[in-house]
Amino acid sequence: MKQTREGMDASAAAVTVPNRRPRIRTEKVWAMVTLIPSIILLGVFVYYFIFWTGYVSFTKWHSFIQNMHLNGFQNYVDIFKSFRFQSDLRNMVYFTAFFMIGTLVLGLFLALLVDQHIKAEGFFRSVFLYPMAISAAATGVIWSWLLNPNTGLNLILHAFGLHNVPKWYLSTRILPHLHIASINGGIPLAMFAVLIASIWQWSGFAMALYLAGLRAIPEEIKESARIDGARSIRMFWSILLPQLRPITTTAVVMLMASSLKVFDLLYAMTGPGANFVTDLPALNMFDTTFKGNQFAQGAAIATVLLVLVLIFIVPYLIGTLRKEDSK
Amino acid sequence: MKGITKKTGISVLSVATMGALLAGCGTANNSATGNTGNSAGGSGKSGSVEIFSWWTGVASSKALKQFFNIYEQKYPGVKVINAAVSGGAGSNAKAVLASRMEAGKPPATFQVHAGRGSLKSWVEAGDMTPLNSLYKQMGWDKVFPKSLLNLVTFNGKIYAVPVDMQRDNVLWYNTKIFKKYNLTPPSTFSEFFKDAKVLKSHGITPLALANHGNWETTILWSDVLLGTVGYTKYNELMTGKLAWNSPGVTKASQTFLKMLQYTNSDYNSLHWAQADGLVAKGKAAMNVQGDWAQGYFTTTAHLKPNVDFGWAPTPGTKGIFAAVSDVFGLPSKLKGQTKTNATNFLKVLGSAKGQKEFNTLKGTISPRLDAKPSDYNAYGQSAMKSYQHDKLVLTPGQGAVNPGFTTALENAMTQLISSKNVKGFESSLQSAAQQNPLK
Repeated sequence: MKQTREGMDASAAAVTVPNRRPRIRTEKVWAMVTLIPSIILLGVFVYYFIFWTGYVSFTKWHSFIQNMHLNGFQNYVDIFKSFRFQSDLRNMVYFTAFFMIGTLVLGLFLALLVDQHIKAEGFFRSVFLYPMAISAAATGVIWSWLLNPNTGLNLILHAFGLHNVPKWYLSTRILPHLHIASINGGIPLAMFAVLIASIWQWSGFAMALYLAGLRAIPEEIKESARIDGARSIRMFWSILLPQLRPITTTAVVMLMASSLKVFDLLYAMTGPGANFVTDLPALNMFDTTFKGNQFAQGAAIATVLLVLVLIFIVPYLIGTLRKEDSK
Repeated sequence: MKGITKKTGISVLSVATMGALLAGCGTANNSATGNTGNSAGGSGKSGSVEIFSWWTGVASSKALKQFFNIYEQKYPGVKVINAAVSGGAGSNAKAVLASRMEAGKPPATFQVHAGRGSLKSWVEAGDMTPLNSLYKQMGWDKVFPKSLLNLVTFNGKIYAVPVDMQRDNVLWYNTKIFKKYNLTPPSTFSEFFKDAKVLKSHGITPLALANHGNWETTILWSDVLLGTVGYTKYNELMTGKLAWNSPGVTKASQTFLKMLQYTNSDYNSLHWAQADGLVAKGKAAMNVQGDWAQGYFTTTAHLKPNVDFGWAPTPGTKGIFAAVSDVFGLPSKLKGQTKTNATNFLKVLGSAKGQKEFNTLKGTISPRLDAKPSDYNAYGQSAMKSYQHDKLVLTPGQGAVNPGFTTALENAMTQLISSKNVKGFESSLQSAAQQNPLK
């Protein structure tokens, strides 16, 4: 593999490039020195804690008495056997998938609209971005009122003569019936209430990213496409969308992160829900650790969550890096 | 080769950072509790006393203030710090407390439920100081009934001071509806179902239910269990002497499921007060709830006790008082001035004056035997009478058992409600009891 030095991280280059002129070397050294504090902080508050959590997840620490005797994989066996955790995994898959698609599509749509150089652009931009400024806990409370089947949105639907109104987050229906282990692998309908709230909150963020991306596309490219006779749809698929790919990459990674660790919104809005239809691992971990004092099992859930994030994100990042490398 | 290592190096580092940040929520929580430091906590500033509770509601924080006022009058030099943590019916506070205790920085005293739940866990962890000498000094061993002291005593040592008393097994009913249909409050389950059928035929929801907090159904179920198996067997279950798949549990769970057929269908979206609201508005006839519901009826809904609403023990539980008592203990890591300040605060907490001021505002009753009934309203007086004469038990949702078991029970309950699978429910309870010893 050929080494490419341009555009690379300064610190990494310093490590692997021994024969350089001294002036640059001092620069690199300084770069290293300035990085040290954050490396130490990350080392203690992130990596040591990850290691500690991982270690606790293999122990017998099941009460306030700290018991560090090793327990093998028993905690993992227990959580994977539990109905609640199996439901969590199912919910997480559906939540993440729908949340990402919903947020990206809606965000891109809003960005395209705002990008039409309309008069009050700043106003619309703020309107769409403001949900981000509200804390997730408040969002959860507001949406739990709005989607309460007996109040909120359903009253408006009633007023329009719709009587077969959805039960929103109260619905315990899971469609279709798809049995995996002891759980039903279908989509829990109540999840959509939570999805509506989260997409509402995050689509403004996706819009802001896409808007910046759209503005960064050189006018000449659009111009020449127009001269070649590309119409709106063609323009969108062949010119805009490919140019927006790096933005989509960033958005996907950040949204994935936020979706996997969803906690406050869920905690305020529905909790685990009837039969765990709206439960997610972060909520389960909190209950297990701090309501049940099952510290080792809580740590096991946290560790599984971490591993899942890595499984989702590592291939993605490696893929991205490869692509950049081959350019 | 070099190129690869370099690239992978960067990507692994960035991925790891990313992952760490993503899972940050989880890891931080766990490690905060895991990081034990045995520094001499509590030897901080002398002249302050930090009171930890989950009393942040309007009535409860006002009531808590009464203790502060009395303390500040008696010990003017000491600053009282209110370290109340709101939310989650105490579960947020418990999380904060757990991390502080692990870090060796306990508050001066903290709120906990009497019983073999969290209190016992703290005692077993060696984090609590026995209060026997304080009890003797203050004469409290005569002031509090033996039945209550049993709930804060482990291995013959008393570990906490009870400040209030609430009841868990109360059936609230709308007196107007009962009068209209010529019903009497049910004292057995067959009477309950008879009443329920009459009410249902008239289009009234017989039993209002809430479950937004995931604990309300657990209260109903444990009251049904108490009414089905009775005092002795109930205690045997709670202390792990009786198996959770014994016939009494099956029967209780079936009765519980049958009761669900007579409830409002939207119970998963309602908070407990909203369920009481259904009773207050006459949309439902009954509700099983702790006696904090009384505060809702009189203060929020402006109803008159015995006129607009009535109460009775839940079916089958006459003569038994399912107690929920908030107690405060003394963390063992406190030293010197901090410890003295904390002990002085406990004296205020246990005092007749403090308990009167506190409980009348909070809507609870004082657990002291010398408390004056005339300080309380009609419901409080009847509760006090029953508390002083009835047998006391604790409920699993409110401090009776190992917190691990309670969490497992609440999880199993969530499943039972939708699957109606009693066998599966019992086997999860049975395995939970093995994993979280009740003895």
